[in-house]
Amino acid sequence: MSEKDRPLLIEAQDFNGLLLSLKRLGYATYAPTVRDGAIVYDLVDSADDLPIGIGDVQEPGSYRLRKRGDGSFFGFVVGPHSWKKFLHPPTVKLFTINSNGKIVANLENSDQKLAFIGVRPCELQAIKILDKVLLGGEYLDIVYASRRKDVFFVVVNCIEPGGNCFCASVGTGPEAKDGFDLCLTELLKPDGHYFLVRIGSEKGRELISSVHYRQATDEEVELASRLLTLSSEHMGKKLEIKGMKELLYRNLDHPHWDEVAKRCLTCGNCTMVCPTCFCTTVYETTNLSLKYAEKWRSWDTCFSQEFSYIHGGPIRYSISARYRHWLMHKMATWMDQFGTLGCVGCGRCITWCPVGIDITEEVKQIDKRDGEVKVKVE
Amino acid sequence: MKDSIPKLAVFKFSSCDGCQLSILDLEDELLEIGRRVNIAYFLEASRATVKGPYDVGLVEGSISTPHEKELIKDVRQKCKTLITIGACATAGGIQALRNWKDVKEFVSVVYAKPEYIETLEKATPISEHVKVDFELRGCPVNKYQILEVLTAFLAGRKPNIPSHSVCVECKRKGNVCIMVSNGVPCLGPVTQVGCGAICPSYGRGCYGCFGPMESPNAESLGERILQLGISKRDIVLMFKGFNGWSEPFRKAGDAFEE
Repeated sequence: MSEKDRPLLIEAQDFNGLLLSLKRLGYATYAPTVRDGAIVYDLVDSADDLPIGIGDVQEPGSYRLRKRGDGSFFGFVVGPHSWKKFLHPPTVKLFTINSNGKIVANLENSDQKLAFIGVRPCELQAIKILDKVLLGGEYLDIVYASRRKDVFFVVVNCIEPGGNCFCASVGTGPEAKDGFDLCLTELLKPDGHYFLVRIGSEKGRELISSVHYRQATDEEVELASRLLTLSSEHMGKKLEIKGMKELLYRNLDHPHWDEVAKRCLTCGNCTMVCPTCFCTTVYETTNLSLKYAEKWRSWDTCFSQEFSYIHGGPIRYSISARYRHWLMHKMATWMDQFGTLGCVGCGRCITWCPVGIDITEEVKQIDKRDGEVKVKVE
Repeated sequence: MKDSIPKLAVFKFSSCDGCQLSILDLEDELLEIGRRVNIAYFLEASRATVKGPYDVGLVEGSISTPHEKELIKDVRQKCKTLITIGACATAGGIQALRNWKDVKEFVSVVYAKPEYIETLEKATPISEHVKVDFELRGCPVNKYQILEVLTAFLAGRKPNIPSHSVCVECKRKGNVCIMVSNGVPCLGPVTQVGCGAICPSYGRGCYGCFGPMESPNAESLGERILQLGISKRDIVLMFKGFNGWSEPFRKAGDAFEE
């Protein structure tokens, strides 16, 4: 390792300095914080707002906080929110038009600089995927583009994966490789509480110089690396992605789709919590005087009938068709459409499914009984 | 001027009047509504009435007496567009809980002179009796959904009343799911959106006031609630509420009967 690339080390007490520097630079500082029994993403004023000493326990359909008994700042994994809520807001008014067809109020673009603190490697990949979907094509999503243009990423690697995590299987974590301004690994050592810091951009380098730091020792670099290796070996879930696309494509009539459908509520929670699900519905409202109409956009879900409604009815009427469509998109058709998996292995869809449907388990079931075809009733 | 604008009528059948009150709750909009439509028949608001026919009729309440069974046919004939409002009108309401029991027995126990009581065996939604053009859910209805339906009617467009789950609304609001994070039994996943996810926003499970969503898998949700440690009896009571007689909730409730 050249001395220039050598990671730095800051003490945990200096973390707050990073946050304050970001605020001084005009960033709105968003980070994990405890609210309503979960770790959500919200505006924070200082490091005191972080979930200090709090961890989470996640199972299919279940999420609980726990006291860790240490002073860790990032001793948890991902919660119910994802960063997409800031970049791709749940509801946006696109414009207001009057009865003469004149636009009287345009989309209010955001010029707020955003600092995302505590972004996980899987979430960074999710944002890269959204970049491709919403900015990578012929038409830019201007809502996303205006929010995305000045984001400072403080990524935190995951040394303790959660019960539903499988980033190691899909290659998005537990360590971020690039795309961040700063990337931290939290080290709770007998002699103190530190963050190993990798610099990913010039902005990151400037920020770190605003606090007290030193070069990390070989022993510290080695410790971080060992923790991350351990982490990737202890993921709560596993998914075999080799040959997965082909497996799914050749099992469109597999009986397991109907078996999932018996449990699936079509409530849409998986799509709402998914950090890469980007679908929206656009609708108009009018006021009583019919002098003005507004055009709005809200997060939509492919689990609703209206989502695929065309003349005559919804294309995907059955629950199994809707579940299959969603899983196939995340795990197979996304690759053909955008060149990557649509899944980043964060496990949110598993945790926040009210009945605990586990996407990794459903793929496994199809693999186990590869080639089975459901009996068609004539 | 009143002749050139649509005539609105509001009718009440077996109900608590709460949905009609939701119309009156539209305090900021009532004057404008009065300018856009001729409120021709609305006894909850005024005893001054204008004879039919009416362009649009809002119907609250379920059919629970022989008299109502006839009256609704007359109302249907008088209204070009007929919109039912609330859980009673769309699913039978709380009084439909009688549908599982012996009404004659109730009548004999409750009333001093049961022979004066004329009632039907079952309380049923309006759509079982006449053709309904649009159903607005809720116990009570959301006043803004009433406004949306009236506005859409005036504009000649389809009302924007989604039929997906309450969960979508909860997640858009950024709520933490109380069922997943706290084990609170919640009917949100099988209930139609429209209330603004009020109860889960305050840490209380959804009561299902807006009835079944478009493709409810109520039995699967019931199984999960059972795993959370709720008794079968309580699960039955959850489903057999304001919208208990709606087919999906009825079936799910019956499935957990012991």
